[in-house]
Amino acid sequence: MSDSDTVGRPGAPGLARGPRGGAAPDTAPEAPISTPQGSGGSPVQPPKVITRPGDKIFKALTVGSGVFVVAMIALIGIFLLIQAIPSLADNQANFLFGRDWDADPQGGLAFGVLDLLLVTVFSAVFALIIAMPISLGIALFLTQYAPRRLARPFAYLVDLLAAVPSIIYGLWGAYVLAPALSPISTWLNEHLGFIPLFATGTSNLAIGQTIFTAGIVLAVMLLPIITAISREVFDRTPPMQIEGALALGATKWEVVRTTVLPFGRAGYISASMLGLGRALGETIAVLIILSSTTSHFGFSLFDGGDTIASKIARAAQEFNDPRGAGAYIAAGLVLFVLTFVVNAFARSIISGHKEYE
Amino acid sequence: MSTATDLNRPAAPPAFQEINASRRFKNRLATILVAGTFVLALAPLVWLLITVIAKGFQYVLNADWWQKSLAGLTSRQFGGGVYHAIVGTLLQGLICAVIAVPIAVMVAVYLVEYGKRSRLAKAVTFTVDILSGVPSIVAALFIYALCITTLGMPRSAFAVSLALVLLMIPVVVRTTEELLKIVPDELREAAYALGVPKWKTIVKIVIPTAMSGIITGITLAIARVMGETAPVLVLVGYTTFINYDPFGGSMASLPLLMTSERLTTNEVGEARVWGAAVTLILIITVFNLLGSLISRLTSLKTK
Amino acid sequence: MISKRPATVLGFIAAGALALTACGSDNNTATPGANNTAAPAPTATTPVECGGKKSLVAEGSSAQKGAIEAFVAAYGAKCSGQQLAYTPSGSGAGVKQFNAGIVDIGGSDSPLNKDKGEVEAAAKRCQGNPAWNLPLVFGPVGIAYKLDGVTSLTVTPELTAKIFSGAVTKWNDPAVAAVNSGATLPDKAITVIYRGDESGTTDNFQKYLKAAGKGAWTKDAGKKFNGGVGQGAQGSAGVADAIGAGDGTIGYIEWSYVQDKKLSAAKLDSGSGAVELGAEGAAAAIKSAKVKGEGNDLVLDLDSLYASNTAGAYPLVLATYEIVCSKGYDADTTKAVKAFLNVAATDGQGALAEAGYVPLPNEFQAKLLGAIKAIA
Repeated sequence: MSDSDTVGRPGAPGLARGPRGGAAPDTAPEAPISTPQGSGGSPVQPPKVITRPGDKIFKALTVGSGVFVVAMIALIGIFLLIQAIPSLADNQANFLFGRDWDADPQGGLAFGVLDLLLVTVFSAVFALIIAMPISLGIALFLTQYAPRRLARPFAYLVDLLAAVPSIIYGLWGAYVLAPALSPISTWLNEHLGFIPLFATGTSNLAIGQTIFTAGIVLAVMLLPIITAISREVFDRTPPMQIEGALALGATKWEVVRTTVLPFGRAGYISASMLGLGRALGETIAVLIILSSTTSHFGFSLFDGGDTIASKIARAAQEFNDPRGAGAYIAAGLVLFVLTFVVNAFARSIISGHKEYE
Repeated sequence: MSTATDLNRPAAPPAFQEINASRRFKNRLATILVAGTFVLALAPLVWLLITVIAKGFQYVLNADWWQKSLAGLTSRQFGGGVYHAIVGTLLQGLICAVIAVPIAVMVAVYLVEYGKRSRLAKAVTFTVDILSGVPSIVAALFIYALCITTLGMPRSAFAVSLALVLLMIPVVVRTTEELLKIVPDELREAAYALGVPKWKTIVKIVIPTAMSGIITGITLAIARVMGETAPVLVLVGYTTFINYDPFGGSMASLPLLMTSERLTTNEVGEARVWGAAVTLILIITVFNLLGSLISRLTSLKTK
Repeated sequence: MISKRPATVLGFIAAGALALTACGSDNNTATPGANNTAAPAPTATTPVECGGKKSLVAEGSSAQKGAIEAFVAAYGAKCSGQQLAYTPSGSGAGVKQFNAGIVDIGGSDSPLNKDKGEVEAAAKRCQGNPAWNLPLVFGPVGIAYKLDGVTSLTVTPELTAKIFSGAVTKWNDPAVAAVNSGATLPDKAITVIYRGDESGTTDNFQKYLKAAGKGAWTKDAGKKFNGGVGQGAQGSAGVADAIGAGDGTIGYIEWSYVQDKKLSAAKLDSGSGAVELGAEGAAAAIKSAKVKGEGNDLVLDLDSLYASNTAGAYPLVLATYEIVCSKGYDADTTKAVKAFLNVAATDGQGALAEAGYVPLPNEFQAKLLGAIKAIA
């Protein structure tokens, strides 16, 4: 076998695979092998590459699907842009820096996305700040601390958080969590109100339709996402390193601090960025929880307001006039670019680390 | 181990040194904190499930709930069911799967079997990563811009399915890719050795080997997209009647029913919303269980 | 071999799904809710010719959602198998969807607006024929509040205007105390809750404040809340929820929502004594309403209604319109639209009071039936 391999395709690294057939799930070799068996019996002549119509068609299909997916992402950007341009051209306000949103096509469009963008980023970052340490803890718990036998069911429980539809998070947040949080937010507002973050905002604290509530719900939604990826990375910490640390007399925590955390840091940050992307785009939960407001966003957790996604969803039923819809599509484009950048950044962190694969 | 260090100190220095108090404290603290975060994460899960079940479980026990629509009932009349929404949810999810799965599987096949490290493969991997991060509202807007403004289609359940396709493709590509990667190369080689064409090898050997995992992945992906609300909000109207036609008219689905009935502020509306929440969670759970059941039933064969 | 098992399982799923789809039904028998004090329903009847398009589509004002549901129930009872799907997405959406030709009937809290080109767009949608505004559903709008320790509150139009424009911000403001002598008002901030989405209720409410507020309302009317204070909530339901969840909150919502949420509503004193929110007061006010539209386009002159101070009348009333084409539907749709409207104006009226609306006064019903008959 290895004979015909090397003869048939001199360039192929067939030798390397000789002795240990069963072990490595090496992904390289099947393409080179596909050609020689046609001429397996006659090792003298270099075999012709036989292309069967079935192979051609099938390959074309798979390549086509691949191209389709790549085209899709470009199409999303292009279509949103095309639909947004007429409205942007008619816009009487500065789109990127305007703070008021008036997309009523009859009155003349004057929409600026800045306030929406600020609320979007502010609430997502707030959620991330809560979710990051907790997910780190969970991931460490599941990979390093939990008893081996329980680790899997425990991980399943955390994954369940991801299975709950966001609309149910929204309902829970608005009708159950918001009233329950109101004493906390009132206390924060009374005692720490001098910090702009906790200043009195545009939303009534007793009702609780604040960024504070929305952020906490978002944080809960982020937990399973950040945890799942961090867990995978932490699990791949080379056992040699852990054993080495243990041999040096390190406590469990020191093992984690000196081996697991440095090894997994990039993965953890990447996971958090992916979570951020998710929080930026979350729609229905935010829509249900946040109250809308006519005032500008004041950088307080107790403000109401709208994120880009919730603003679009709020107006979804009124997308009949193409120009009005165009304004929302323009906002959607901003959200698309934002999540694109965040996700691409997250991937670029992790792709530099070959040891994770 | 021993605490009275001064009195019976051994002649030779010990091989293992005592862990001093501050290190021990830090270790203990870290353990408590780490375990604490886990408990903290479970709190909202338990709280949420209890809330939903306490508020909605009583309504789904009624047989009518599963067999009738809300047709002809005003928002002050109890009764009826969410059959129309269940149908919509399943129909939209299945249509989405029918479109998304072939594409996604082909993309995964391309990545594992053909693409390798080519430029296109890198681009595809990158795109799939980005696609998995596209917010559902953006996917919905895209389909809106494409189908409804540009192509002039009416709002319909089919448009919803198309938007869900965008959300489902990356999930299925990912799982399929992982599974195809772990199909042992020996299987491929054996097939090639027998003169089987590459495409047939993939279709008859590689994919079937990974099939159980792929189906599990698909079931989970369907469960995921069925809970999406943003696309139904933008792309289809709500109705209280049963509608089997994905191309025409309004069609309810459980998330849409919940956002619509949320506007009914009395006990009737609450019953419908929380009942639908329980129903949605039940359906998603069934799909999840189905997924693990399939993998359990079929994985025996592969060994 | 390997592929057999999953395929079987898939088969089972498919079979299960099919089995499930086989047993659903739209056939509901309603369990009626508690009856309200019924205002007298109008008495006229009209022959209804059932048939035509099987399922009509309508969209619009959430304020008339409950009434439409009652109409749909009556429609289904009268013409078996006929349906109407109503999406309560707001008046703005209703008009837009109607003008875009997506829905057969638009529901709106305000008549089509000429200045905004809605009239023209509607005529275009109706193949060059005018669209008619038919005021089919009337409902009083309540000024609902939640204030711990205060069970009875009276407001004047002027005071309401001040509260909703931010001129009065505390519950113990002298302006509040002046019309509520004897009540102990707490030193609490007033939280105004308004409709965050475009809404005909907001439009009517602001028009009312402008007409009756004795100059205290300096802002514009319109579907967007222009008061500049408070926090917005999504839909009437959102407003009702927010009022109920807070303390010191006040907002404007339709009567049905006040009932559903069991909120307290302020009495309205237009100059001749405080009047409770309810069908009686509203019916008294509607009787004095005048039509200003031409022919069968029954647009109401609300300014005169709002400014009236008839004793016992509650003039903060929302008239919501069904927007229909006078001509220009296809034959099937015409038949169904007429049948639906006829049922709504006759059989459908009986259940209205129970749903938080005011049944049509007799004279008004006659006008409506005339207009419906004229649709061709």
